[in-house]
Amino acid sequence: MKLNWFKYASPATFYPLAGKLIPWFALSAAGFTFAGLYLSFFVAPTDFQQGESYRIIFIHVPAAWMSMFIYIVMGGWAAAGLIFNTRLSSMMASALAPTGALFTFIALWTGAFWGKPTWGAWWVWDARLTSELMLLFLYLGFLALHAAIDDTRRADRASALLALVGVVNVPIIYFSVKWWNTLHQGASVSMTMAPKMATTMLLGMLIMALACWMYSIAAALARVRCIILEREQQAEWLAKLTKEPA
Amino acid sequence: MMRTLGHIVTRDVLLAMRRRADVATTLFFFVIVASLFPLGVGPEPKLLRAMAPGILWVAALLASMLSLGRLFDADYADGSLEQLMLAPEPLALVVIGKVMAHWLISGLPLVLIAPVIALQFDLPTGSLGTLFLALLLGTPLLSLIGAIGAALTVGVRGGGVLVSLLVLPLYVPVLVFGAGAVDASTTGMDASGHLSILGALLLLGMVLAPWATAAALRISLE
Amino acid sequence: MNWKSLDDFIAMGGYGFYVWGAYLVTAALITAEILMLRMRRRAVEKARRMQALLSEQVTYETTP
Repeated sequence: MKLNWFKYASPATFYPLAGKLIPWFALSAAGFTFAGLYLSFFVAPTDFQQGESYRIIFIHVPAAWMSMFIYIVMGGWAAAGLIFNTRLSSMMASALAPTGALFTFIALWTGAFWGKPTWGAWWVWDARLTSELMLLFLYLGFLALHAAIDDTRRADRASALLALVGVVNVPIIYFSVKWWNTLHQGASVSMTMAPKMATTMLLGMLIMALACWMYSIAAALARVRCIILEREQQAEWLAKLTKEPA
Repeated sequence: MMRTLGHIVTRDVLLAMRRRADVATTLFFFVIVASLFPLGVGPEPKLLRAMAPGILWVAALLASMLSLGRLFDADYADGSLEQLMLAPEPLALVVIGKVMAHWLISGLPLVLIAPVIALQFDLPTGSLGTLFLALLLGTPLLSLIGAIGAALTVGVRGGGVLVSLLVLPLYVPVLVFGAGAVDASTTGMDASGHLSILGALLLLGMVLAPWATAAALRISLE
Repeated sequence: MNWKSLDDFIAMGGYGFYVWGAYLVTAALITAEILMLRMRRRAVEKARRMQALLSEQVTYETTP
């Protein structure tokens, strides 16, 4: 079987494919969420030091993982769009950004709600939370730049370049903030859990991470379908597909 | 190549000198912002001394960022940017020239006046040298990074505020190490680590930023 | 089973406000995203229907 890797690079072929895939990812997300939440609340034991408040990590850590993972994937699509000049790649980057920003915000919000009972403060300037905040700004910058430029092609390419500059900078920002944080060791807090984590806790986190991942894919596919519809207004193939007059 | 670079720098500096008000406003902004902080946090000397490195750096950052509009917008408006891009010289070289000019006009004055403003905050005189050096290394880096943002938003409405949102996260490492260097020197610790990293970032920026800026200009003007 | 009763579950050992504050807001945000996606989809479909109607009109009115 000869594989044509670029077969689905056209919005025309990708649109129906995405439509068929979304229900599967949505169902997986729901399934993993139920399993994950069950594990998190009914199987994982109470933490010795933090009591029940530690259960927030089951959403906080997966959300943080997703926020970073989505940014990298977004960067990948952005690079593909710049290199191969494929419209769909840029559309995928734009489709991923809002979901990525959402998970970043969720990571920050749940982090604050975890921090308050654990360390007494809604916000701590530790390396991870601060870097996460910067990541939110990078997402917002991407979205703002894309929205500000009227010409779609220029908007796609400009925000793609910005995303790539961001990918290069995220490690630099992280390490600089880490350095900054260790020097000002006033509040020596660390967002890491105790080294030995009960297996059930780790499993709960992993399953919730899978749930977030499946959800992100479903949301991005749904969004990219909207973007395709919005942009490919005059396309013949779309008219045939949706059985409308062109 | 060096001659072209010289020409571009001279041109930009000359153009800026003809509208000296633009240049001066950046400097005044820096001074004013630095003066606002004590009004906000109270005049207690110990507090101000502790906050001085951060305040001076944030003020320098903001002043540098506000002046980014001047990098490309004027040339874009009258068509000379397009002409520069059509020239046989590599676009990255043109960018380096414009960034150098930008730094000479907006960055260098900040470097020179910052130690004077630092005295307002009672920064120990021993640290003034570190402040000078840190800003000397950092402000070119701010111009280089800012150029990327300016190039991405050439001719875009609401460009000024948008550039800020794009560029400020990228400024964070410069701020951390720049202010950290001065902070270290005030507390008697060695600032050479911070300054070395700042220098390394500057070298990295000098290599990567013009290239990214040139790519951004091509995207914006094609 | 970790919880002796529903009250225990909601109280979360005294941390109820924080745990539920985190999870409920997350649920609300995810729901909001899903709803916004559906709204966007409907808006696009409506726009396309309008477009189709208009172009049909034009074709009708301009065909001799």
